[in-house]
Amino acid sequence: MSLTHLQYLESEAIYVLRETAAQFQKPALLFSGGKDSIVMAWLARKAFYPARIPFPLLHVDTGHNFPEAMTYRDEFVKEIRANLVVGLVQKSIDEGRVVEEKGPNASRNKLQTVTLLDTIEENEFDACLGGGRRDEEKARAKERFFSHRDSFGQWDPKNQRPELWNIFNGRKHFGEHFRVFPLSNWTEMDVWQYIRQEKIPLPSLYFSHQRKVINRHGQLLDTETGFVNLLEEEKAKIQEMTIRFRTVGDVTCTGAVLSEAATLDDIVAEVAAARQTERGTRADDRRSETAMEDRKKEGYF
Amino acid sequence: MDVQLNPEESSLLRFTTAGSVDDGKSTLIGRLLYDCKSIFEDQLAAVEESSKRRGDEHVNLALLTDGLRAEREQGITIDVAYRYFATPKRKFIIADTPGHVQYTRNMVTGASTADLAIILIDARQGVVEQTRRHAFLAGLLRIQQVVLAVNKMDLVDYDQKVFDSICADFMRFAADLENPVAIMPIPMSALNGDNVVDASEKMSWYSGPTLLEHLETVKVHLGEAHVESRYPVQWVIRPMSDEHHDYRGYAGRVASGSFKVGDEVIAYPAGLTSKITGIHTFNGDCEETEPALSYSIELADEIDISRGDLLAKPENPPHVTQNLDAMICWFSEKKMKTRGRYYLRHTTREVRAVVQEVVYKVDITTLDKVAEQTEFSMNDIGCIRLRLATPIFCDAYSVNRITGSFVLVDEQTNNTVAAGMIVRTLDGADDPDAAGAYAI
Repeated sequence: MSLTHLQYLESEAIYVLRETAAQFQKPALLFSGGKDSIVMAWLARKAFYPARIPFPLLHVDTGHNFPEAMTYRDEFVKEIRANLVVGLVQKSIDEGRVVEEKGPNASRNKLQTVTLLDTIEENEFDACLGGGRRDEEKARAKERFFSHRDSFGQWDPKNQRPELWNIFNGRKHFGEHFRVFPLSNWTEMDVWQYIRQEKIPLPSLYFSHQRKVINRHGQLLDTETGFVNLLEEEKAKIQEMTIRFRTVGDVTCTGAVLSEAATLDDIVAEVAAARQTERGTRADDRRSETAMEDRKKEGYF
Repeated sequence: MDVQLNPEESSLLRFTTAGSVDDGKSTLIGRLLYDCKSIFEDQLAAVEESSKRRGDEHVNLALLTDGLRAEREQGITIDVAYRYFATPKRKFIIADTPGHVQYTRNMVTGASTADLAIILIDARQGVVEQTRRHAFLAGLLRIQQVVLAVNKMDLVDYDQKVFDSICADFMRFAADLENPVAIMPIPMSALNGDNVVDASEKMSWYSGPTLLEHLETVKVHLGEAHVESRYPVQWVIRPMSDEHHDYRGYAGRVASGSFKVGDEVIAYPAGLTSKITGIHTFNGDCEETEPALSYSIELADEIDISRGDLLAKPENPPHVTQNLDAMICWFSEKKMKTRGRYYLRHTTREVRAVVQEVVYKVDITTLDKVAEQTEFSMNDIGCIRLRLATPIFCDAYSVNRITGSFVLVDEQTNNTVAAGMIVRTLDGADDPDAAGAYAI
């Protein structure tokens, strides 16, 4: 029998998750409530079954969440019997560690990096598992499964450790840590097909629903949560549309797509026909040509 | 656009492409991605935009893969880039690597996980030094399938004689490669799309498959289930819950062969024998394992087994060794010297190692073996003799890519400094490989 592509990807991810548990003292799994982190947590549950996941889930909370994502998070964490650690961006702002951006495009997305690094330091996490995939963005195409960060949390893309066969080198000096990406070889389609195969429950945001949105530079942004700062002229242009989200993150930088896809089968068909990458709906990647590389160097996810 | 694979039947093929922009490598990859509709509008728009800004004459598809700032500035690929595409039959992972001598280590990295290598030849140039080096590396890393992509056929008037003579040239030296490879020569023009996805109308004399047809149907991982059974233990699962009070599962991914419930196994290094009582996954229990899948295995007896140990079967045991010869590729700017000490990481095990001697180095231009060397610089390839502080349980790389491979890690910087492939072990008379140990 030869393996199906999903069997291969699942086994590879489980292998990486087990290597992470074995090679580090105190790993954590970055959990945003987005589908990639949900799949990763699901795989972690499989990797250590029937024991519980031997590390906590870590949510860096910008405070600008979709309420559906929060409800989902708490139920999901309970179902898979995981521990949850929350790092609050609001706390970083209150403590004066970061300054909130101003203006219509204000987002807490960039501020997360400081909260993340602070939370890592406070909890002494030495490895953070992330749901990043190499197909998402060109800077990620060269990311390693085990990605080394110096004691400032920085990524040095020109000086990465080579990874051969299935040998992952997690050796580090005191104060350094690793980002680990078990889904490196997955594409958006693989993730959706896997969710469908495994019948993994998802936040309702991923499925078609009615929402009041505005169109800003071609992006459909939510207006119901109140987190997106609206310009006066935009307030008159709020429209109710049939949409869904292809990625779920901070409200201020997650764009919706017009969609009638109400089931996983619909979504798989829609993804198959899509002409834009899912990050095409992310305002944070559009800031410059190498926006992702620049943020990653500073310690972003 | 992501093609919808049939999740029940689709398999996965990992391949590597080594070559330079001059060979048309980026054009070829761009063509595969584009014709398989794996390039998205926003990606293409971004690439068109950057090409224009840089003053490139054509849309520079290399910008799709060369994502790092330094690469875009210098117009070169400096690392391995992984690209993904799919057809209804298969998912493909491309390890795209630069082809020049100074990137040998990147090619080795990309090749280590590849089932197939595409070696590009410019039809006007024929087999050149770089072609031989790429074929040598494919053989060394034991890639069993090679596609000889004779590109730019449009520039030699699609002449069959040119193609035949290049193939004959290539076959002559391919016979001497480290490990046997199956070779599929395909004449093509990546620029015009001849024989990449669609069959060429200009080369009616060629009746073989197009590149994509071959990639979709070529068989890989042959015989994996029938070789010696190896299960490196990654982690011990102990739930310590009321429900699973006595559960003690050895978590791992099958490196090769298969294990059944009831099988007798030996645990290394303890050397003790036990029986498999259960093979578990989250989705349920199994009677038998499949290669490359991950499990949790329970044994009848309480033996002291932990991470870094290996389960195998008594009828075909691994080599247990502290002395071995291995082919290595050196990755670091810091030179390797005789007597140098490193951590050796092999499957899930880590031991300390010292370089006893350099057996020979390979002249990467002539592919000759050069004796009496004492150090390795970055990108050097050759055979070294290692002594280990504690044993590893291994096989020759020529029979097992997982239990035959290792990396060396620098003790000070913790960087991965070499890739190693075990050629032979050198302990004791009972070791079948020891007889020929000193032959080169």
